[in-house]
Amino acid sequence: MAEKYKRADGRDYDETRKMEAKVGVVKRADGSAIFSFGKSQALACVYGPRQFHPQHLQNPEKGVLRCYYDMTSFSVPERKRPGPNRRASEISFVTSRALETVIPLENYPNSVIDCYILILQADASTRCAGINAAALALASAGIPMKEMVSAVSVGKIGGAIVADISKDEEDYEIVKDGKTIKSATDIPFAILSRSEKISLLQLDGRIKPEDLKEAIAMAKKVCRKINEIQKKALKKIKEE
Amino acid sequence: MTLKKETEDIETSEKEIDSGECESRTIVTPGEVVAEGNDFLPGEGTRREGKEILAQKFGLLEKNNKLVKIIPLSGAYVSRPGNVIIGRVVDITFNGWLIDILSTHEAFLSIMECYGYVNKRDLTELYDFNDLIVAKIKSVKARSIDLSMKERGFKKLEGGMLVRINSTRVPRVIGKAGSMVGMIKDETGCNIIVGQNGLVWINGSKVENELLAKKAIEMIVEKPFQEGLTEKVKEFLSKNKIK
Repeated sequence: MAEKYKRADGRDYDETRKMEAKVGVVKRADGSAIFSFGKSQALACVYGPRQFHPQHLQNPEKGVLRCYYDMTSFSVPERKRPGPNRRASEISFVTSRALETVIPLENYPNSVIDCYILILQADASTRCAGINAAALALASAGIPMKEMVSAVSVGKIGGAIVADISKDEEDYEIVKDGKTIKSATDIPFAILSRSEKISLLQLDGRIKPEDLKEAIAMAKKVCRKINEIQKKALKKIKEE
Repeated sequence: MTLKKETEDIETSEKEIDSGECESRTIVTPGEVVAEGNDFLPGEGTRREGKEILAQKFGLLEKNNKLVKIIPLSGAYVSRPGNVIIGRVVDITFNGWLIDILSTHEAFLSIMECYGYVNKRDLTELYDFNDLIVAKIKSVKARSIDLSMKERGFKKLEGGMLVRINSTRVPRVIGKAGSMVGMIKDETGCNIIVGQNGLVWINGSKVENELLAKKAIEMIVEKPFQEGLTEKVKEFLSKNKIK
């Protein structure tokens, strides 16, 4: 493929879309935040630790982090049927797993921390925007966290490893033997800010092992930048 | 008059956590290095990793001599033994009451922890459903929170109004050694009890006075880091005083 072509929207390979973060957007929540990658925008609200009902779901050894991921019906071009579906419950699950590693849940036995993630506008990488918003909301809810969590999607489009895939890139197709096949690879990553451990890695598409290594390195580099934006958003609170 | 004295007893018995000044404090985020070397001790909201002390919470960093700790800026109430709280009766069992104190669990008040005579045949005589009470947290365990009302000043709250604020703002509302809440009490003539769980009970002879006290408290909660906050609240109160 062409060597130094920039991407369709003029970004560099390791450049994300314009990121925006704001903390404390929902007054009645214990913690809340908005995070956006360009047109992808996620709102996260955190409540708790609070009483966990029904009681049979309680864990006497450690607290539970419950994440709910949902897309608003107006977030996509074609109206999405409201309510959770198979995809949403999968993302809810991986989000909780990505975030609970940093929270010392053993301090909250029998109780629950609820984290509601709502996608206001979807343009690919919504689960990453959701995790970034949720990490901010958890921090702003005063919940102890060993470190912050930042997420980004890295993919392989037409032979190039690129960060923060947009919807157009995700739908990239090539024609082979008269058939159109989806050829984009999308890997959402969630990376801890300090130890740079990976708490979420999903793979949609195909990738070679050596390319995956490159993708991980790029994700770590980009997540450092995202972490700076998260920190800035949290520190802004004092001025208000 | 005796009522007022009793409530004052409660506030003076509360330990002061937060003082007025905030110039030297910075905001830290989880995972940030807040101190290096073995000279410092990790306090609340921090942990040690090798030679560094890391923030484990989002909040204001405070270095007190060698102790490094983080004061939370927001979040739900975490119950601690010794806290004076306001709660609501949600259930009655054969030997006590279950109280909602806006924490991770419902708290339990045993009849053994009540002052004076209790009719065991009918506990509703003392505290019925939905009654508000001021009590002290006796102990916090993994599964339960126990309350005590044996000391002076703990009682059922009747009349007045209840305001809910964030529990992290409670030290601001109380002020240094109760200076802020004392000033609001004097200016409005209302009786005020501030629960550590963020519930504030205001009781005055006139509704207008209660509303004025409520407004003053909301003012403190909205702008807790203002300089000369006490003066501003005092000015607001004397300006809007109802004769």
